[in-house]
Amino acid sequence: MSEHASSGHQGVLVALAGQQNAGKSTLFNVLTGARQHVANYPGVTVDKKYGQYADDAGTVHTVDLPGTYSLTSFSLEERVAREFLLDERPDVTVNVVDASNLRRSLHLTLQLLELELPTVLALNMMDVAESNGVRIDKTALAERLGLPVVATVGRKGEGREPLRAAIRAEATRQAAAPTAPPPPVRYGALEPAIVQLIARTAPQAGLDGVPRRWLALQLLQGDAAAAQVLEKRLGSELAGPIREDARRFIEAFESAEGIEVSDHVVACRDRVVETLLDGAVIGADDGRPSVTDRIDRVVLNRWAAPLFLVATVFAIYQVSIVWGYELTTYTWPFLAKLRELIAGVLPSANFLVDPYSRSLGLWLVDSANTLLNYVPIFLILFAAIAIIEDSGYMARIAFILDKILHRFGLHGQSTLPLILGGVFAGGCAVPGVMATKGIPDTRARFATILTVPFMNCLAKVPLYTLLLGIFFVEHKSLMMFYISTMTIIFALLVAKLLTKTVLRGQETSPFVMELPQYHLPTVSGVLRRSFERTWQYIQKVGTVVLAVAVVVFALLHLPGLSAESKAGYEERGQAAVAQFEAALAENSYRDVALGDNLVPLVNYFTDYKRAKLNAAGAAASQRVAEKFETRNPDFYPLVKPPAGDRDAKRAWGALRKLAAARQTLRREMREERITTSILGSIGRGLEPVTQFAGFDWKINVALLSSFAARESSVATLGVLFQQDDDQNATLEERMGAETRAGGATGLLAVSMLLFFALYPPCLATTIMVKVQTGSYKWMLFSIVFPTFLGLGVASAVYSIGTAAGASGITAMSAVYWGAFALLLLVGLLSERQAGRRLRARLSQAGADA
Amino acid sequence: MKTLNDVQPGGRVRIRRHLSTGAVRQRLLDLGLMPNVLVTVVRSAPLNDPIEVKLDASNVSLRRREARTIEVSAEETDHV
Ligand SMILES: Nc1nc2c(ncn2[C@@H]2O[C@H](COP(=O)(O)OP(=O)(O)OP(=O)(O)O)[C@@H](O)[C@H]2O)c(=O)[nH]1
Ligand SMILES: [Mg+2]
Repeated sequence: MSEHASSGHQGVLVALAGQQNAGKSTLFNVLTGARQHVANYPGVTVDKKYGQYADDAGTVHTVDLPGTYSLTSFSLEERVAREFLLDERPDVTVNVVDASNLRRSLHLTLQLLELELPTVLALNMMDVAESNGVRIDKTALAERLGLPVVATVGRKGEGREPLRAAIRAEATRQAAAPTAPPPPVRYGALEPAIVQLIARTAPQAGLDGVPRRWLALQLLQGDAAAAQVLEKRLGSELAGPIREDARRFIEAFESAEGIEVSDHVVACRDRVVETLLDGAVIGADDGRPSVTDRIDRVVLNRWAAPLFLVATVFAIYQVSIVWGYELTTYTWPFLAKLRELIAGVLPSANFLVDPYSRSLGLWLVDSANTLLNYVPIFLILFAAIAIIEDSGYMARIAFILDKILHRFGLHGQSTLPLILGGVFAGGCAVPGVMATKGIPDTRARFATILTVPFMNCLAKVPLYTLLLGIFFVEHKSLMMFYISTMTIIFALLVAKLLTKTVLRGQETSPFVMELPQYHLPTVSGVLRRSFERTWQYIQKVGTVVLAVAVVVFALLHLPGLSAESKAGYEERGQAAVAQFEAALAENSYRDVALGDNLVPLVNYFTDYKRAKLNAAGAAASQRVAEKFETRNPDFYPLVKPPAGDRDAKRAWGALRKLAAARQTLRREMREERITTSILGSIGRGLEPVTQFAGFDWKINVALLSSFAARESSVATLGVLFQQDDDQNATLEERMGAETRAGGATGLLAVSMLLFFALYPPCLATTIMVKVQTGSYKWMLFSIVFPTFLGLGVASAVYSIGTAAGASGITAMSAVYWGAFALLLLVGLLSERQAGRRLRARLSQAGADA
Repeated sequence: MKTLNDVQPGGRVRIRRHLSTGAVRQRLLDLGLMPNVLVTVVRSAPLNDPIEVKLDASNVSLRRREARTIEVSAEETDHV
């Protein structure tokens, strides 16, 4: 037969369309075996996803679309689905419907038929329908709709083969003889208007591929997007009169019938749905409260709800951040080993100046390791969030919090992005900003996009930890509390500010959201999503961060030392070597230590000292000794002189002096290099501005480099306050000693913390901001605004704090409670305002009546 | 005029018409809040807003501001 029916183009294109949460992504995974976000939260798939599979007859390209309640687009994601169906005209559309909620689902089915798309109906969630006591006569439904109907249970992978077969059969049938189905719904008194509009648009070749009846209906319902299609395809010259006609028809209809067109359309569809269901679906609502109802009675109880919410967030925090952090102590040694391995492969160190390949290589490894260290935390965090999404609780969180969020210009559905971004501690702004796509309210969506970066992403945590470790040892837990809760305070205030100013003109739309039934999350689904989001993060490490690390490396190393100062260092180096040679002139170890062996010997010595310091306990220390003895038995007596060997002892003393001299020289060179480097000059150039915040050029350099990725701030500080090779003081100790020597105080630390909390998003996030807002203007805004805000706040706090002689903890408490009071004030004011507006509106309505 | 906003939790009413327009109205219709449909107000959120209503086979939450635009008939008593 027509097996090669579709050979005209490349395989068959199949789209999965349906209402939100119907199980499209789950079925997509079942069909293609691909990975796709699955969650029991409306609007999880926010962009279309491609996959494919092969059946006997060839390849089937499959597209998973975002959920749409109808084909009139309400949110951005719904527009994605509708535009795909309209522009790409897939060969087959699989309409995934929730069998336990057929009545509502079939409204969309009818619209797909009006769009004249060849459709296969997948009755998903058959298990839920059955357990609700709903029985569905598939054959009757298929006959009445004139569509192939397949029963599936996506979660268990049931119904894959029948669905694939139905897709193939429909594709073959369409390729052989394309048929438009008869209009599924008659619209009674509206029909004359529809017919006349069809007559107006039918001759327009520019509208080829747009079903005219559908277009007429949409225009009559005043659908703005349909009007846009008309405008785009025909130009305003031709489109104008047609729209004008539509407007007249609408007026005539509404005055004659006393009912609005959209109400009429829905009512007509609903009647058709009722006849479709009549007798084909039996059972259903027996009035008994479902499991979901019973759970919600407890979980959404007015008094218990906040407790459950706090408990949930605390559980996430405990499990992923606290336990995850503990887990990293087990995973870190592997990363450290990796570094050692790579260090061994790279060209070895010279006496004074190492080859670039070595320093750059180690720089990159260190940058990557800092990030990879978080992987266990992310795996747990994202799994925990997936469980909350998949169970259906995330939608309840949005329900509980909408009031508060709305008051500050955000939206109930801002919850997920904010949690992903790291409300309390730990998250990542990249998935956070990405998740804003499901928010239907444009203004709230923009406000969310711009405030997600204020959350405590995981990368900010190391700097916080570092500063707390140096300056706030006694007040650590209080400071931790401030830091983890101040982000949300700032975010709400900033959201309000933006909503009242730059976002003022943006469209808003209401919070109308389905509360899905609770599901038990599936293990595979949770793992899948956790791995996927973590993978996104690792990709970020692999690309943006490493690329920027190279740039920062270059900016820190160029232009390098001047020839004369280099010569000066070399001279001093040679002097130290000469001294060593003189000391060993009479020594029996002379030949072992001098000549070509000298540099390897010094390296060996520093390696040994570092290894010894890192070795914990006598056993480990013994292992180090053995390792070094086998590595080079000739050198060994010089780093660990045997008892009684006086020559060895003397040589050891000289070697120690040489190593110390080398170390001093290297540190001086590094300091000079960074001071004269490009980034150093920029950092110093900024000092006049940043001095009010107390930042010297080193801190400036660290903050600048953290734009690449927040993680780099600590890494860069680590370099700036670099330890000498055989030193094993922690960064806390080194920085503490050095900064305190320079007069740094807890106040400076607070200034840094505040700046960092408000600091612009990292590069990867700004790219995501560009993607989600679709404009470079907003991307630029997302960088510039927080910079000024952060600098302003930090300067104010530092300057006022210095003038008042406040300690760090006092300043922080003042800022925190001040912001908190402001938050309450703004919240209460906007409540009163809303109340006043409402009364005005109501009295207006009363006057109208 | 009685709106969905006036209905106490537990109350069961029939939707008469929408006063909203445009995309909002469409969304409400799409989610099943159609004229002539019976809805039960289940609860309001802990801070009193939004509210949750139960339809035939699904639960929907909406803000009071939108609930105020949905005109409903007088309370229906349950025929048990
Ligand atoms: N009980 C049951 N649950 C299912 C079935 N199919 C999917 N689910 C669950 O339903 C929820 C929603 O599934 P998704 O595949 O994310 O739904 P979707 O249609 O892609 O949703 P959006 O992308 O948000 O529009 C998840 O919790 C799934 O595990 C099924 O056949 N039976
Ligand atoms: Mg999906």
